[in-house]
Amino acid sequence: MPELLSPIAGNVWKILVAVGDKVEMDDELIILEALKMETPIFSEDNGTITEIKIKEGDAVNEGDLLIVVG
Amino acid sequence: MFDIFKDLIFSSGFFSLTGGNMVMWLISFVLMYLAIKKQYEPLLLLPIAFGILIVNLPLTFLMEPEHGLIWFFYHYGIELDIIPPIIFLGLGAMIDFGPLIANPKTLLLGAGAQAGLYFTFFAAVLFGFDLQEAASIAIIGGADGPTTIYLTSKLAPHLLGATAVSAYAYMALVPIIQPPVMKLLTTEHERKIVMKKLRPVSKLQRICFPIVTAMTIMLVVPPAAPLISMLMLGNLFKESEVVERLTKASSNELMNIVTIFLGLSVGATMTAGTFLNPKVLFIFFLGLFAFIVSTSAGLIVAKVMNLFLKDKINPLIGAAGVSAVPMAARCVHKVGSEANRRNYLLMYAMGPNVAGVIGTVVAAAILLKNLG
Repeated sequence: MPELLSPIAGNVWKILVAVGDKVEMDDELIILEALKMETPIFSEDNGTITEIKIKEGDAVNEGDLLIVVG
Repeated sequence: MFDIFKDLIFSSGFFSLTGGNMVMWLISFVLMYLAIKKQYEPLLLLPIAFGILIVNLPLTFLMEPEHGLIWFFYHYGIELDIIPPIIFLGLGAMIDFGPLIANPKTLLLGAGAQAGLYFTFFAAVLFGFDLQEAASIAIIGGADGPTTIYLTSKLAPHLLGATAVSAYAYMALVPIIQPPVMKLLTTEHERKIVMKKLRPVSKLQRICFPIVTAMTIMLVVPPAAPLISMLMLGNLFKESEVVERLTKASSNELMNIVTIFLGLSVGATMTAGTFLNPKVLFIFFLGLFAFIVSTSAGLIVAKVMNLFLKDKINPLIGAAGVSAVPMAARCVHKVGSEANRRNYLLMYAMGPNVAGVIGTVVAAAILLKNLG
């Protein structure tokens, strides 16, 4: 099951998808905020969101699991 | 009755106003607009702009030596070189040197970008500035406000307003000035390079870094001591994680307090008499030149490094070798993600970015040692 890991340390600014949403490769899923800059995180697979491990406002580190795409 | 009225008018500022004063008001209003509306470095530009305005109201004698209120701020804060090191204390308490420790090679990029300073130094000499003035102008290329103020106040205090405003203005304009240079000097293919993951940095390494760096730099370039010692003390506060109150005091309260006096005093040096001369235009022009050359030098050093490295670095991060933290790193990240949306260069760019701060201080110290 493909997992989307955070490429960068920062805070979760916005989550643009919900569990059950169908997503495609390169869809924008999450916006992180690092050093006062918004960084969009894109989907790396086609599939359905089965799990969202984070909520808006969370601090994440590089390599943390963000979303599971089934 | 008429006499009292006449006296009031003649002792008012109106009769002493000059055209130059009013031009300075205009400059002040433009800076206020940029600070408030465009949010260009507002923490500094706003007090600077207000300082310009009030010092160009005649007969207030705010900058009168030994008498004026703002002269005292200026004298104790800037002439005696107290405020820039205190700002560095706060910066040290905020800066994360982790990306530099994880990838020490990026120190070369921070050093390489300083090459721009020396180019500009000679360019300024060619334009007829004396050596002290040329050094103060060249340091603008380092894109570090406190260092620019520190060096100018020692070498060429009459240029302080112009070099400080120019340094802060170009820092705010990083997202406009740097990308064209970055795109010109790198290929699409190079911009797409995804870098190898940074190794984790232990707490011990983080604690040792400020101590070892302070000792090394101060032994090699003693004139860098006031700025480097404060920068590294602040960083030691932060990384030790045992003096949170001191860390916060350095990076928040103390820094904010001195920023007010710094901005106001720098603005107040800009009277019509000192600021409105053709030299100032050259300073802005040469400052921009310095900034562009420094950016280019960082990019070129990165490309040269790639000739020798197995794990290629993305040469864009060289542009972050100018010390505008974190604006230059953000800019690298943005240009990198335009070439490859899965390229997250922010943290990689922070390495040369924080190295640039150290590099600029060392460059300033070398200039100071030879010209002071």
